[in-house]
Amino acid sequence: MTGPGPFGRHPDAIDSVADGPPAVETRPSRLRSLPWWIVFIIGILYFFLPLLGTFAFSLRAQPLFSAYAIVTDDPQFFATLIYSFVVGILTIIVSTVLIVPTAYWVRLRLPRLRPYVEFITLLPFVVPPIILVFGLLRTYGSGPLPLAGSDFGSNILLVAAYTVLSLPYMYRAVDTGLRAIDIRSLTEASQSLGAGWPTILWRVIFPNVRTSILSGAFLTLAIVVGEYTIATFLARPAFGPYISLIGGNLAYEPAAVSLISFGLTWIAMGFISIVGRRSRTRLQLTGAH
Amino acid sequence: MARSERRFTFAWAGVVPFVAFALLFLVLPTFYLFTNSFKNLQGSPEANSAYGQLTVNNYAHLATPNIIDAYGASIEISLVTAIGGGLFGFLLAYAVIAGGLPRFLRSPLMTFSGVASNFAGVPLALAFTFTLGASGILTPFIKGAGLSLNIYSKTSLELAYLYFQFPLMVLIIAPAIDGLKKDWREAAENMGATTSQYWRYVALPILTPSLLGSVILLFGNAFGAQATAFELSGGTINIVTIQITRQLRGDVANDEGVGYAMAMGMVVIMALSIAAYSFLQRRSERWLR
Repeated sequence: MTGPGPFGRHPDAIDSVADGPPAVETRPSRLRSLPWWIVFIIGILYFFLPLLGTFAFSLRAQPLFSAYAIVTDDPQFFATLIYSFVVGILTIIVSTVLIVPTAYWVRLRLPRLRPYVEFITLLPFVVPPIILVFGLLRTYGSGPLPLAGSDFGSNILLVAAYTVLSLPYMYRAVDTGLRAIDIRSLTEASQSLGAGWPTILWRVIFPNVRTSILSGAFLTLAIVVGEYTIATFLARPAFGPYISLIGGNLAYEPAAVSLISFGLTWIAMGFISIVGRRSRTRLQLTGAH
Repeated sequence: MARSERRFTFAWAGVVPFVAFALLFLVLPTFYLFTNSFKNLQGSPEANSAYGQLTVNNYAHLATPNIIDAYGASIEISLVTAIGGGLFGFLLAYAVIAGGLPRFLRSPLMTFSGVASNFAGVPLALAFTFTLGASGILTPFIKGAGLSLNIYSKTSLELAYLYFQFPLMVLIIAPAIDGLKKDWREAAENMGATTSQYWRYVALPILTPSLLGSVILLFGNAFGAQATAFELSGGTINIVTIQITRQLRGDVANDEGVGYAMAMGMVVIMALSIAAYSFLQRRSERWLR
């Protein structure tokens, strides 16, 4: 230790993220962080090389950027993208309507049920998309509720399956959001002002967890818009299957679409970090791969 | 008495929509796979006199070399990418949080990681094909270095999985690294501990549950992945999710029961890993508050 005694650096310790390990051998600090720089650079390379490769590949199309022009001229491109986007929005709505009241109610009135509800929200990790769609197709392929038999029914199944995928993120986000506010006092205050449950939920609880819902929502959107497995087996005209289709049929255009899809993920994540700055919600991210 | 009883039933009603949804679209489909995995579904009812009868033969069937290979490959790929991605992700997160790299790198790294951990499935597979495939951008350099990489191989798939594995590790391990208090290191150093002693007796014991738990989560993340593998290998690689895909598409001999048993095998492995993850997560929260 260069400086003072045990508590010499204490004020710094509050901000432990700020400047790495304490200065034991501060002098060759440049040299000490060299291995970390190498790690960082490898990470950056791993991250960008496939993207640069894809971009370079898309430029092989003649004339330059024609791959992008062809793709954006394809009506299927926008049709599938809009379809997936709409499904994403519907998923977010269903997921929010299911989870916000449930998480609120469990915290307020049924705290003993919390582990069970949490358990249910973790189940989608146990049942990966391929298994989920397998079960959905067999359960609703025939029998009393043959949803998979019609377009409309398949759309319902798709939104339902995506809602299932969103449960872990949405629940975590909303539950952490609720932890930060005093729902008991808010509820009692609203009740004493004569508000009913719908009013409390819509005008008091909802606005208070809006940022949490938003970060969960963008994550859901990022997962849903490029999702392939479930959409394919439900035979939906979604963006994921579209990318795969042109990936098999065209040369350079798929590279363009992959990059566009990457850009969309980036936008969704950008929104999360903007929204997240204003809330303390920390989301754990795993997608449907 | 009567009033509190009514409130009791009313309180339960609050979680009914959520539970009903989970039952309909998550539990029931999984349960369908479970029950039917114990039925003889070989061939058709006309040709098979034992059709529909209870049996455990479907599970015995999992012992055929082809299916054992698939499970083996799935487990191998998941282990390699979980340990490799976990190790590198940890180093990368440590580099930026505590390794003395400039502080402003942290936020972009987190956003990158959010994007990359969600950039999976078809676009990721295409990006790797365009970069490392037969006519990929980097392929000439790899060949020039005297190496060769078959894009349909396990190694390629592992490289592609690592693209979302190590960023996921960065995201889930960052809070644990944040939680390593500077005071602990200073206390250790004041008592004369060397860096390696600090790691061996202080940091690693504290981080171990988080590290293990995160690696297990990565394992599950890779184990359940389907879209990336299917797109990258064109459905030729023999892993469990692809086997189930073939069952679903009706590409294989008509024995649905075996498909259900395979699905249940996956569910069991996923359940074990998630259970281990939540157990370790709870243990690590003791220190990292």
